[in-house]
Amino acid sequence: MSQLPESGSELGIVTRRALGIAREPGFRQGMQDMSGVSLGIAAWALVTGVAMVKSGMTVSMALLMSFAVYAGSAQLAVLPLMIAGAPLWVVWFTAICVNLRFVILSSMWRVYFAHLARRHRLALSYFSGDVIFVAFLKRYPDGQRSPEQLSYFWGAASTNWLVWQGFSVAGIFLADQVPLSWGLGFAGVLALLGVLYSMLTDRTTWAATGVAAAVAVAAFALPLKLNILAAIAASVAVGLMMENTERRLREWRAGPATLRAPDPERGERHPVLPLDEEERP
Amino acid sequence: MMDSWWLFALTCLGLGAITLFTRAFFMLPEREVPMPHWLKRGLKYAPLAALAAVIAPELVITQGALIQTLLDARLPAVACASAYYFWRRGILGTIVVGMAVYLPLHIGLGW
Repeated sequence: MSQLPESGSELGIVTRRALGIAREPGFRQGMQDMSGVSLGIAAWALVTGVAMVKSGMTVSMALLMSFAVYAGSAQLAVLPLMIAGAPLWVVWFTAICVNLRFVILSSMWRVYFAHLARRHRLALSYFSGDVIFVAFLKRYPDGQRSPEQLSYFWGAASTNWLVWQGFSVAGIFLADQVPLSWGLGFAGVLALLGVLYSMLTDRTTWAATGVAAAVAVAAFALPLKLNILAAIAASVAVGLMMENTERRLREWRAGPATLRAPDPERGERHPVLPLDEEERP
Repeated sequence: MMDSWWLFALTCLGLGAITLFTRAFFMLPEREVPMPHWLKRGLKYAPLAALAAVIAPELVITQGALIQTLLDARLPAVACASAYYFWRRGILGTIVVGMAVYLPLHIGLGW
């Protein structure tokens, strides 16, 4: 361990913490879970790299954008605006609109990682793209904290970062060898499609997805990619409505609540009128 | 915007700040930010809605308009990829099957 920075220094502490996390078994699990989607991420990153250079950026500009922005969907959304010479605020506002979904996802990350120091939370947030979110929620769906989640996150996040940046840089340098007309970016769409399918678990999620897809296509002509926000709003509304309807329907089928005998193990001494649906026949 | 390196750098740094700020939004405060109950339940649908909203136009829109033909390589590719997913439930295979249908039709036949 002689190459490590001095033990007392800030950098030394962070480095040792990072190495510790990387040695935990969760880290490897996170890397493994990302390997399936990596092919799609790689193709998507390659196409993004090519598209940046073909739009007239120099290599240094494209590298700066790739490493600073690190958000594939936002990069592709603002690229046409930047080529057209749109004002700075329009470019930034568009990026905010496309990224608004991350605001929603960030409240979910809080459930798992609110106990960490703010600096660590910030670092974690920067790397929390959609694909990592889906992988993480698939493995830890019930909102319970457990110690291996942190190493799992960093395993998935570092894999995602390496694959994305590696292939983005490859695209930047090989821009003349990879024609965009091949349609390699379609692999990225297929990867997202697979991720989406893995999130569909019941009737309400299917319905919410159908509504989102229809609204996104119907409202495609809206400026600033606002069709995505419109689709999210419509889909959440429909999902909540269906949930409510299904619950009412279950309650109605279950009939009125009836008294049952007290259960001494729960500390009940008198007959109980169960009002939540699980306890009804 | 591409002519001036400094304006470009400013744009990119701003975009990076936006990435960080949006992804960290609810992670920033030390205390829990109170959220209405319906919003919390709605959060279940927001991520999949965002994904569906990004994907759907990529499948059926060309140059800003809904496609008017069935001779589009994306349609059979998505059909086969979806069939594979629900058969085997693997994302890697979904990508491979989809591209195996898409590339020959797209490059070979020009669909």
